[in-house]
Parts: sequence; C-alpha cells; structure tokens
Amino acid sequence: MEIKLKLNGKNILASVEADTVLLDFLRDKGCLSVKRGCDTSNCGLCTVLMDGKPILSCSTLAVRADGHEIHTLEGLQEEASDFVGFIADQGADQCGFCNPGLVMNTIALLRENPDPTDDEIRAYLAGNLCRCSGYDGQLRGIRNYLNSRKA
Amino acid sequence: MITIQKYVRAQTLEEAWQLNQSKRNRILGGMLWLRLGKGSINTAIDLCDLGLNTIEETEEQFSIGAMAALRDIELHEGLNAYTNGAVADSVKDIVGVQFRNMATVGGSIWGRFGFSDVLTVFLALDTYVELYKGGIVPLEQFAKMKKDNDILVRLIVKKTPCKVVYSAMRNQRTDLPVLACAVSCMNGEYRASIGARPARATLIRGDKAEGFAAFVAENAPTESNIRGSAAYRTHLIRVLVERSMNELGGM
Repeated sequence: MEIKLKLNGKNILASVEADTVLLDFLRDKGCLSVKRGCDTSNCGLCTVLMDGKPILSCSTLAVRADGHEIHTLEGLQEEASDFVGFIADQGADQCGFCNPGLVMNTIALLRENPDPTDDEIRAYLAGNLCRCSGYDGQLRGIRNYLNSRKA
Repeated sequence: MITIQKYVRAQTLEEAWQLNQSKRNRILGGMLWLRLGKGSINTAIDLCDLGLNTIEETEEQFSIGAMAALRDIELHEGLNAYTNGAVADSVKDIVGVQFRNMATVGGSIWGRFGFSDVLTVFLALDTYVELYKGGIVPLEQFAKMKKDNDILVRLIVKKTPCKVVYSAMRNQRTDLPVLACAVSCMNGEYRASIGARPARATLIRGDKAEGFAAFVAENAPTESNIRGSAAYRTHLIRVLVERSMNELGGM
C-alpha cells in the first residue's frame, strides 16, 4: 500500500505491507533511535510523536500513519539537546536502549505541561520502563533540569 | 502474532459493516490487544475516517465516539466535572500516556474485557451504546451480550444527576487491576459496578446505604487467577465499596 506522511519534517511517499508496524517502517527509514523493547505495548521504548502526541510505534500500523506527521528523536535533536545534556551530567540518563523513549515522552510531557510536579512527572512517565538504572535518578534529573530553567 | 492481508479505511459505517460480516475481517480499535493475538486477518477495517474520535457534550448527555482515545476521556473537562474526576481516575493507571493515546473507548467497551476499567466506570453511570444495526442499548444489557458482527458507533452518557467514585486495586501501578470498582448514587439508588472479578464487570444495585458493601460482596461472583484469589477479591469488593460509600457520603 502507498502511504504519504511527514517524517521529521520531510514528506515521504512509501509502499508498505498492510501489517507492517510503524516501528519497523521507521527503522527502515534510518530512524534507529526507535527501539523494539517489550513488543507488547508496555515499555515505552518505541515512543514516537504522531501529530505531536506520544504513541507506541510497536503497536501502530504504518498504514495508520498515512496523512500524519511523525517525529522521532532524530528529528527533535535541537529540542532534546538541553535536556539530554543536563540529565547526562546528572548521571540520570538511562542507557542507550531505553533512553530515546524516555526522552521522547519527556519532550511530550514538557510540551503539554511545562512546569509539572513530581507526581505529574511520575504519572506521565509511568509508561516508560527502565531495564537497568531505575527511576529515582531520572525523576531527580528532570526535577533539577526544570529548576535550572527557572533559575 | 497476527498477519493482515489488506487494510481498508472505511468511508461509511455501511461499508465497515458490510466488510465486518466476514469472520476473517476485523475492525481495528487501538490495536493494542488485537496485536497480541494470533492468526490471520483478511481485511483490517479502520474507522478512523468516520469522525468517531470526538466527544460531544450537550445539556443532556455526552456522546463519546468509538474511536475516542482513553486519553481523551481522561482529559475531557466536562466529563470529569460531571463524574467528579471518576472517569480520569478509572484510566490514569492504564499503562502509560502513549498507550492511552492509542487505546480507544470503543475497543475497550466492545471487547467487554474482564479487566476493563473503562467498562467498569461507565457501567456505574447512566450509559448506553449506539450500535450501527442494533440501535441504542443500555450498557448494562450490552455488557451481557455475546459478540456479533455489529459495529459500536458511540457511547452515550446521560447527564442524570449522580455522584460516582472509582477505585481499583492493582498489584503494581500500571498492571491490570486485581479488582475494579465504581460506585454511584443515582435517583436514590446505589449502583456498584465490579470489574476484574476477573470476569467482565457486573452491576449490583441496592436502595440502602447501610450494609450495601456487604450486600455487593455477597452478590458479585468472583474467581481466582494469577492476580488474586476469589476470596481476596470478595474481601476487596467489601473494602472498596465501603470506602466508596464513605466518599459518596462526603460529596
């Protein structure tokens, strides 16, 4: 099937199978920040933005992206750079496997709610599982990042 | 793993209904549960072009399109003002924001899943479903019906004056509930919707506040599964209904 979408700001015309998931399509297009984790819609690793909203690309058919705008971390480098650099300095980033999903969902959180409370951060990021480093460090890192923006 | 041969964005409900008469074709909701299944789908029918992703509010009712996302009902100001936040409470722990941006109200209600927080909360309200061929049916009746090849078009929530409280017990925040519970008081009647029994939600009614929690616990059948025993669930029903009744009293 032919699909037409905007990927990271560029118009794309592509041919996909009816059951190709968006995750595989995006990786084929070179967006390797999009990772396959649990593959059961639970871990948030494959998070991308569709029309600005975070979704799970492992469970979205590529054909459903037809006519929509998709952003992966590759297309949000500038928006992500401050935050990613800050939490890395805090030792609060996740490893390279889970981190892109966490960063994507944090971007979505801060767009929707620029000044979240700790509980709001926990609630918004509840769908991003970490496989090795934990959660308190990330919460502390995000809190410090938000405080640094106010200073 | 499922395979899909063909994908169609239906342009009318009639087209979707015609396609859905074949057992090898399936209507897509959020695809989150469907994707975990096995088998081959001949034609996947997408309702996304039919404008069913909106929530319309009038003085009398809310009309929630089948393709509205759980995140939409979580954030809808009117719906949550009417339910004092119970609708948002019912979905806030369903996996994560990304999941709730995809999972649809129609998918959750049509599936009549035992674990459905969504079915549980709406069952406690004055709720109806609109079926394309079957017309408007009370949700309580729909919850007991067997699945057929009709299409769920929208959910209708009448603004009957009521108070409602939602609570659930989960072993871990984003897991499926061990027990889901919505208690309301409407027209002098108490209604307890008990889900994740683990069977699909059921509605127990009573006219007295006193002893209602015990009455519900005695009359809501429970079973055991990996998340909890039948006895534990029955105990939870009594506790959650009692707490909900206390909260209702303070509203």
